[in-house]
Amino acid sequence: MLSGRLSIRCLSALVALALALVACGSVTPGSSDDGGAEQPQSSSTSLPKEDVTLTVWDQEVRGGQNAQIEQLNNEFMDEYPNVTIKRVAKSFTDINKTLKLAVSDDNPPDVVQANQGRVVMGQLVTGGLLRPLDDYAEAYGWAERYSPTLLKLNSFSADGDQFGTGNLYGLSQVGEIVGVYYNKNKLAELDLALPKTFDEFVDALETAKQAGEIPIQFGNLDKWPGIHEFQAVQNEFAPKDYLRQFVFGLGDVSFATDQNTEAASVMQQWVDSGYFTPGFNGVKYDDASAAFTRDEGVFLITGTWQSPLFGDEMGKNVGFFLMPPAQSGDDPVALGGEGLPFAITTGSDQPEAAAAYIDFITNEHAAKVITETGGLPAPKGAPSVPGGTVLGDIFTAWDQLNATDSIVPYIDYATPTFYDTITASVQELMADRVNAESFVDTVNQDYSDFMESR
Amino acid sequence: MKDSLPVPARIGVRAGRRAHARDKAPPGEPRAIGYLYLLPALLVYGAFVLLPLGHSVLLSFYEWDGITEGTWIGLSNYQDLIADPQTRAAFLHSLVLILFYSVLPVAIGLLLAALISRTDLRGLTWFRTILFLPQVVPLVVVAVIWSYIYAPGAGPLNEGLRAAGLDGLTRSWLGDFSWALPSVGLIGTWVQYGLCMVLFIAGVQKIPTSLYDAARVDGAGPGHEFLAVTLPNLRNEIAVALTLTIIASLRNFDLVYLTTKGGPGNATSVPAFEVYNQAFEVGQVGFASAIGVVLALVIFAITGVVNRIAEARE
Repeated sequence: MLSGRLSIRCLSALVALALALVACGSVTPGSSDDGGAEQPQSSSTSLPKEDVTLTVWDQEVRGGQNAQIEQLNNEFMDEYPNVTIKRVAKSFTDINKTLKLAVSDDNPPDVVQANQGRVVMGQLVTGGLLRPLDDYAEAYGWAERYSPTLLKLNSFSADGDQFGTGNLYGLSQVGEIVGVYYNKNKLAELDLALPKTFDEFVDALETAKQAGEIPIQFGNLDKWPGIHEFQAVQNEFAPKDYLRQFVFGLGDVSFATDQNTEAASVMQQWVDSGYFTPGFNGVKYDDASAAFTRDEGVFLITGTWQSPLFGDEMGKNVGFFLMPPAQSGDDPVALGGEGLPFAITTGSDQPEAAAAYIDFITNEHAAKVITETGGLPAPKGAPSVPGGTVLGDIFTAWDQLNATDSIVPYIDYATPTFYDTITASVQELMADRVNAESFVDTVNQDYSDFMESR
Repeated sequence: MKDSLPVPARIGVRAGRRAHARDKAPPGEPRAIGYLYLLPALLVYGAFVLLPLGHSVLLSFYEWDGITEGTWIGLSNYQDLIADPQTRAAFLHSLVLILFYSVLPVAIGLLLAALISRTDLRGLTWFRTILFLPQVVPLVVVAVIWSYIYAPGAGPLNEGLRAAGLDGLTRSWLGDFSWALPSVGLIGTWVQYGLCMVLFIAGVQKIPTSLYDAARVDGAGPGHEFLAVTLPNLRNEIAVALTLTIIASLRNFDLVYLTTKGGPGNATSVPAFEVYNQAFEVGQVGFASAIGVVLALVIFAITGVVNRIAEARE
């Protein structure tokens, strides 16, 4: 073993050497980006005639997602034989971690899937690494393809500071909504009709509890499902315009409102009444979903991405509805969004071909391909699917939400640290560690810190 | 420089004197040639360890999101680190985990080594292999198995407690604010004790049997024998075991990430998890680097103290 003096001397020599090596390179991190500032010039819908290779980074790696993107890629290459698509498929986690390095490279991919929100898309826009697509949007008529909220989710101001406004930076293929799945047999056994109002839903929970059932199957060990549970209730109290202002950081809004406090205390009442799976903070999301397919639990609140699983396992026994509004007949409001948008990098030397590709994978034909592979297309005008299935329920709900523009974005988009804050706070709220007032105060602290720092 | 030559080099000096008695130049010279031999390894080490280390230290003085130009902010990241209760809590949690990752495994390892080395057991290799098994199971598998064991509904732990009539003790182990950290810690104990046990069994085998004979002649029972002979002679092995397991406990990321993601609330967040979270999820690379640097310093300090104590007694 080295003597103490020697090891200290060695250590300091090594640290000095390391610092010297670092100093050889450029010192300020991120200082050498020069390609970002140029503004795009041309924007036509015609493709170049010479041979072109498009490098596309996507995360459509699972089952039906993979099938649809491969089919569309091949069809695109058949239609434009001089274009070759070099596909780089990565998982969602993987793409989020490697995207920044790849996009800031001298030779970046042409098309990338860049996650919505400030942490990924916002920072890429600030760095001048994504190309605004408004010229192409006009040339191709993309504004008619999507409902306004869906376009806003993929928009930022040119400096990346304002979310949900300014330039369009990407288009998404698929939509998603968070709603209520229900077990049809259980509902029939309990002699319950589909709830038409929020009060009827709460009555149904109580009836289920009295009958010894788990009213809402729920697992929150993964932390993020709590966001969906909370927002499903929050939408009943907080108006949709307020929530959009809040998420996009527009105007002087706060999280510490009476409506949010009311929503939080309703959540806590549900916990205290035993409406959720016992010990839910220690139950995995996947385990809760699996339990639901084994007829444990009457309702389950989650996103449409679970419909293939429930459809396969439960067949006609599962249905889907949007959390019902306070008054019967009102338009329901739901938490929702869209898949990761396909964006064009500033460093791409083939923006024309890239735009044509993005157009191709989000057009009416693409919507048909996505539907056939079990997905929910985000663009309007998707073909209808047979009623009576869970997918049929979802398509109806999606159309209804888009027609009334009633989709509310995920609140964890609000600040870079909001995901951490809201997930931890919902776990504390639902474990009765804090009351509704201090829950909204904690969450609001995160929000106001961020708003002040901008 | 000469007084700090490591021991093997000094031996080299003596051997060299005999071999090259007729040479005028001092043996081992020219010194520079030695560094030439070091160069290939030093280059690799520099490129893959020192350079990233230095880079992290440098980044910790910047506010940087990983893309746009960073801003030099001096020691602000370190001030934030001290001021932020969540980060402080993460370091505190990792100190608690030392108890489960290091102290408990060393104690269990000692007990098992004492038991196994005292008895002339048939199928000893078998027992040793089985007891060492947790150490070789991939951590992802370990996390999946233990998440299942701890599951609140039909998890074997709660089922077992209910079967024993201890319904009052059942809980949502990983979802309980007080019990989540010890629950994650116990997984670490299960993983680490095998390594300690094997180290100690190897150590016990090189203790001269004459010492045990002498102790027995002096009328020492098993307990005395352990304290007077086994324990002092295992000092070096204990130091190695503590060093390895303390490092494992402080840089623990995988088990937390795979079981609780730092929850419920922030009850199980640890520094290495915060590094990952800040760098990749929140996009504060500078702050993440500062946590990493402080974590490295804490590891250096604690393992340094452990080795100091072990050497001082020698």
